[in-house]
Formats: sequence, structure tokens, C-alpha cells
Amino acid sequence: MSQETPIARKQYFTPFNVITGVILVIGLVLTVLRFTKGIGAVTNLDNNNPWGLWIGFDLLCGVALAAGGYMTSSACYIFGLKKYHSAVRPAILTAFLGYALVVFALHYDVGRPWRLPYPIFWSQGTSSLLFEVGLCVFLYLTVLFIEWTPAAFEWLGFKKIRGVVVRLTLVLTIFGVVLSTLHQSSLGALFMIAPSKLHPLWYSGYLHVYFFISSMFAGLSMVIFEGTLAHRWLHHKMDDTHLAESDGVVLGFGRAASFIMMGYVGIKIIGMAVDNEWHYLTTGWGAWFLVELVGFVLLPAILFSMGAREKNLTFIRVAAVWAVLGIVLNRLNVSLIAFNWHLPAADRYVPSIMEVGTTIFIVTLGVVVYRFIALKMPILHEHPDYKEAH
Amino acid sequence: MEFFTLHDFMTYSKGITYLIMGGILVFMPLYWLYLTERDDD
Repeated sequence: MSQETPIARKQYFTPFNVITGVILVIGLVLTVLRFTKGIGAVTNLDNNNPWGLWIGFDLLCGVALAAGGYMTSSACYIFGLKKYHSAVRPAILTAFLGYALVVFALHYDVGRPWRLPYPIFWSQGTSSLLFEVGLCVFLYLTVLFIEWTPAAFEWLGFKKIRGVVVRLTLVLTIFGVVLSTLHQSSLGALFMIAPSKLHPLWYSGYLHVYFFISSMFAGLSMVIFEGTLAHRWLHHKMDDTHLAESDGVVLGFGRAASFIMMGYVGIKIIGMAVDNEWHYLTTGWGAWFLVELVGFVLLPAILFSMGAREKNLTFIRVAAVWAVLGIVLNRLNVSLIAFNWHLPAADRYVPSIMEVGTTIFIVTLGVVVYRFIALKMPILHEHPDYKEAH
Repeated sequence: MEFFTLHDFMTYSKGITYLIMGGILVFMPLYWLYLTERDDD
């Protein structure tokens, strides 16, 4: 017994557990503060800036980066690219947790969590884009939950109900694509109500198209990035099939991301041409816009293409992280940085340390839950009882 | 470039837009070929 205790202690007090434990405790304290003292006690939000980091990052980036779910499942089940099958479960899990945390994070911003079902069941604002976003996220979260359940049922040994859910795969994938098309674009369309507040270089009549197209390469990049992390930290949970297919997933997704990103750069230029905004490019805001478009879309697209041509996985993995950062920058530009751009510096919004802390808490929560599920359930490997099922 | 009527503006901006669209239509298939040309190696 005297030898067992240090081993058990060693397993519990790993660097990962200690760091995440501290973040989660701080997050819980911030949660209590938010829901007992009100939103003003923990945020720098005001009447000029009613949407802050929790919307800009937790919601907009969360939804965009969770797009890997519909991208991977549609590639595999609709376009028949079965060579990406091993990437479907990790992507669905990431998307499910991503959307669940988006809804979780929204509570911090909106407050009164018991009123969450109201917009769906009691008081529908059918002329509002926010209602459409809410309805789609509600439905898509349900779809993702159902798509994720076969892994849980295999883990629990519920063969019969697992078989029923697996037969729904194609219809769920179609629902997922339709719902994602609707709400990914609607999140961009939300900002079309504020042409006088959003800088003209970011404001466009095509804002909804930009959000949808960028969500595609955000999802692909996120699947590559998340796969890289899984290889580093959860390698022992991957079976031979997963390991054999993973290089093909990185190469294929990298190539697709590069192509979509080039198309995205093209439609951004078209957007500038339609509104004749060329003269803004010579201003400071123009330089910042070019940092985003060239530095965080065009350059990673080129790196993706070099990686795909040279079969260089490192190039593609670096480009994936780069593209993910680019998506975060784009969403923060639209919702925070280029929003209210004309206001004097004193009235501009800068998130409080407690807002940043809450965001880190929510991201950490996602990582912890993902790790728990990936360690317990057949996410990165096939369950031995169902090897023939794929 | 100075515009005096909406028609002036639309003629100019749409003209540029169509030229860019044409360029993209040519560029994107070529870019796909560039991405995939080494597949058979």
C-alpha cells in the first residue's frame, strides 16, 4: 500500500490536470460572480458595445471552428469519400462539444438560463435572424448529439439502439449540412443590420456568404489541427486504421482548404469591387484588412497548396493552425475590432480580464470533456465488436 | 474616380466586378490543376 499511494498521486497530479484544475476553479468563481452580481460586474460591455468577447470569440469562432463536423460527415457520407471515415467521429465530437459550449457560453451573455427554451417554444420572433440562428443551433446541436451517440452506445454496449441510430446517419448528415448552411451564413448576416457601425472593408452585402465559405475552411483546418493534437496526446488510443488513414485526411483536407481559401479571397475582392472600396486600402484600416486577408488567408492557402503538392504534412499542419488563427481574427474583426470603428478610443470596447478568464474557462472545459470522451469511448479507434460495420 | 449618378457608379463598379469574376473563373480551374497535378506521381 505504501508504494501504491505515490503512483496514484502521480497519476492525478499531472501538469495537464493541475493547470486545467486551476482554470476550472477560477472559471467557477467567475461563473458565480456573473450570475450573482450581474453582467456589469464582470464585463466591460456598455450601450455602445453590447456584444463583446463572449459573442465574438465563444459564439462566432466556436460555431465557425465547429464546422468540421458537417464538412467531414458530408465528405464521407454524401460525397462517398470513405477514406476520410476515421476523421468523422473526432470531427463530430468536436462539433458537438463546440456547439454545446456555444450554447453554454451564451448563458453568460444572455443570463437567466431558465429562459433558454422561450425563443423556440413560447415566443418565436420569426422575422429575426437571431431566431433563425437560435433555431438552427438548437436543431443542429440535437443532430450532432444523435450523430455522436453511436460512440456512446458502443461504449455502453447498447447494440440495438446503436443500430437504429446508425441507420439514420445519411439523413442526419443531410440535416447537418442544411442547418449549417443556414446558421453559419446567418451569423454573418446579423451584422448587415449595422452598415454604419461596421467598417466598409468588412461590411458587405455578401457578409453571409463570407461567413459560410470561411466556415468551410475553418472546419477543415480545425479537423487537421485537432488531429495533430490527438496524435501528440492521444496516440495510444488510435488503432491501425486511424493511423493509416490520418495522412490521407491531412493531405486531402489541406488541399480542399487551400482551394476554398483561394475562392474566399476571390469573393472578398469581388465584394470590394462591387462597393468600390479600393480607396480604403490605403488607410490604416486597409492595412489591417490586408493583414487579415493576405496574412491570414492567402498565405496559409499557399502553404496548404505547397504541402498538398509536396506531400509535406508539416506544411499543412502549420497552415491549419495559421488558418484557424485567421478565422479567429476575422470573426473578432467583424464583431469587435472593426465594429464601432468610428468611435473615439475612450468609447471602444476592450474585454475585461474576467471576460477573458471566462472564455479560457469555457475552452478548457471543452478540452477536458473531449479528452475524457476520447479516452473512454471509441472515437479514435473502432470498437472491436463493430469493426465490420464500417 | 468621380461619380455623378448612380448609373455612373454601377457601370464602373460592375464593370470591374465582371472583369475580376472572369479572372477568377479562369484562375480557379488552373489552381485546381496546380493542386492535383502531382497525384499520379
